[in-house]
Amino acid sequence: MDITRRELLTQCSKLLVLTGTAALAFERGGQAPVAGDTYQMAAHWWGMIIDIDKCIGCGNCVRACSKENGVPDGYFRTWVERYQVTEDREHPFVESPDGAINGFPPATRKDVKSFFVPKICNHCADSPCTQVCPVGATFMSPDGVVLIDPDYCLGCRYCIQACPYGCRYFHPQKEIADKCTLCYHRITKGLTTACCEACPTGARQLVDLKNPKDPVHEILRTSKVQVLKPQMATGAKVFYKNLDGAVR
Amino acid sequence: MPFSRDSGHLVRPAVVLLAGLAAFLAIRSAVVPRGFGRYGHYRPAALDLIRNRPLTFAGQAQCVECHDEEAKLRAAGKHARVACEACHGPQAAHAGDFVNVKPQLPDVAKLCARCHEQDAAKPKTFPQVVTAEHSGGVVCNTCHQPHNPHL
Amino acid sequence: MTGVDGFMYPNEVELQWSLLIVIYPYVTGLVAGAFILASLERVFKVEAVRPTYRLALLTALAFLLVAPLPLQLHLGHPERSFEMYLTPHRSSAMAMFGFVYLWYLTVVLLVEIWLEYRADIVRFAQTRTGAARWIYRVLTLGSQNVSPAALKIDDKVGYIVTVIGIPSAFLLHGYVGFIFGSVKANPWWSTPLMPIVFLFSAMSSGIAAVLVLYVVSMKLRKTTIDMRCLDTIAKYLFYIFVIDFSLEMLDLVQRTYEADESFRSLDFMVHTRLWTSQVLVQIFLGTLAPLSLLAASQLWTFAEKVRRKLYVTASLLTLVGIFAMRWNVVIGGQLFSKSFLGYTTYKVQFAAREGLLPASALLILPFVLFFVLVKLLPPWQELKVSKT
Repeated sequence: MDITRRELLTQCSKLLVLTGTAALAFERGGQAPVAGDTYQMAAHWWGMIIDIDKCIGCGNCVRACSKENGVPDGYFRTWVERYQVTEDREHPFVESPDGAINGFPPATRKDVKSFFVPKICNHCADSPCTQVCPVGATFMSPDGVVLIDPDYCLGCRYCIQACPYGCRYFHPQKEIADKCTLCYHRITKGLTTACCEACPTGARQLVDLKNPKDPVHEILRTSKVQVLKPQMATGAKVFYKNLDGAVR
Repeated sequence: MPFSRDSGHLVRPAVVLLAGLAAFLAIRSAVVPRGFGRYGHYRPAALDLIRNRPLTFAGQAQCVECHDEEAKLRAAGKHARVACEACHGPQAAHAGDFVNVKPQLPDVAKLCARCHEQDAAKPKTFPQVVTAEHSGGVVCNTCHQPHNPHL
Repeated sequence: MTGVDGFMYPNEVELQWSLLIVIYPYVTGLVAGAFILASLERVFKVEAVRPTYRLALLTALAFLLVAPLPLQLHLGHPERSFEMYLTPHRSSAMAMFGFVYLWYLTVVLLVEIWLEYRADIVRFAQTRTGAARWIYRVLTLGSQNVSPAALKIDDKVGYIVTVIGIPSAFLLHGYVGFIFGSVKANPWWSTPLMPIVFLFSAMSSGIAAVLVLYVVSMKLRKTTIDMRCLDTIAKYLFYIFVIDFSLEMLDLVQRTYEADESFRSLDFMVHTRLWTSQVLVQIFLGTLAPLSLLAASQLWTFAEKVRRKLYVTASLLTLVGIFAMRWNVVIGGQLFSKSFLGYTTYKVQFAAREGLLPASALLILPFVLFFVLVKLLPPWQELKVSKT
């Protein structure tokens, strides 16, 4: 006995209704912007300047970030590395005990050049991490901050693989990718990031490249400045002053 | 291939596939998050979600509003550039409700050593001491006033 | 830090992509490989492998149905995976997965299987009883036309579908290679050769899988094995595996010669952390051994029984070797630090979400599905309605 056209159409429409109902159970976002909000995204292009000659490896930034952003134990949105470089520059001695959340034990090597290097998400203008996200859960905001949508991330971890700097991690409780947000909730209110606030020596400074009065322009024009892994062409916006070439 | 009675059965899988496609498109238009793609390939609601996170650090501008005495003392000394919360820890809760939320004073010995304990990797111009030799175990604020520490 | 040698960026210590992500490319590779074997007969008119045509299609389907499962189990939020269909990010190779998978499953594999089996399905719909009858009635999609003319049209359309299916199979597995090969942050992965190496190793494993399943099925049914078919499959396995091995050796040789900034770190990793899985299991046990066996069968004549044993052994070793290759790519790529100053370790747990237990279940499941499919749609020649 052949199935008639009517029967086929009935079956198809039943299928449609069933799947449609199921799929509508998915969350949908869409809050209206906060009233009285004066922050204009288009007027800002955020970055950071880190001065290696000023960093004392106290770890204040790591602790402050952890408290401000609820970073889970054992994972780091920012961390500090201590480099001890001999003349064999291919093999520097590098350490970052617990990301330097409790500072560093005393350095014991002799005849080395040593210094601290704070690391953070570079909020790359051509970020490889946002390029690989399959759904658009991580993205660059119009004001230059690479962010993660915690309600949309699948937890596939492709972005964590794609970051050349190791700044992303998988949040063990939320089961999503997580990383430095450049304290987006602070900088959009005119405050600075938690790490910059807590840094006692001013080694870390939040900068706004679109603000003509920002000191970053003078620094970029006159000082020797580097980004990490320039060969990756990521368009990193965290600029290091006085960074040694042995730093990875 | 001319459409004949003998190829009529091919319409059936085609119909199934097209029905599936139609169903998918219908569901998709209903379920895609509102405004997706407005600024880029993401939900614009995410920006608001991230921005609405409550503050933990108040920022020194807030501290100075009430504590201008300490601020003046600090501005005159070597700790002029050290933010209040760099030593006192996050105080947004205290700034929001200073009557009921009192900040805890930091453990001085540990606090000062974190920055000022001698380490070869610290910049040579940065004031650092081997605390055992420097004070022989006496706590730092016995001699140094934290807001203006230079003696 | 436990398990860490040297220095790693703090967030790198934990591996992100585990055993489940080793299984996924392995399974899709088997799908692509089995399908290419099927297309050998259908498109390239290698008549000798006709006895395995239907078997290869069912193998491909069984593995394809299991393919998304390791991914779903691995995701932090599998309930959000539908987002890949809603808002696929066109710059991400991974976003292709949903569409390529669906395309391949529906337009290629299911349509081809339907066209190939239609005559049998109609017959079963007419002759079987009970619940089975209803299943077959649904599978007929309402048409009972199995006249010689209709079957001839099925044949023609099936040919076209297979022709479309070949690049689709390449896409289904090639994009996985691209997912790894396009990550500039990871020098172990980043090479334009990656999609091609993945593809050829997929073909090797797929052909080996069909060979083993064919021999096992014939043994279980106590039927004689078509040696001409088996010899031909083994020959193609040999050729394709040789190409695969050459490509992998090319990658290795070029890497060693160029010795860029990552080389010393990667070289050390292969000599230590990856020695067993890469050199011993993948290269010696999983590639050189089966290639030697297959080469021997091409160079010298052996008795039928010996040849059979040779082919099955070589195929099993190939399957192990290609699994090791996936392991070495996925896990190997995460064992070293992107600072090139340190290494971590990967410990597979047993009963955890991404542990050995669920992984083993996922690898066994396709064979269970294959068994069910074979019962539903018997591939055996003697039941086939003869085609014009």
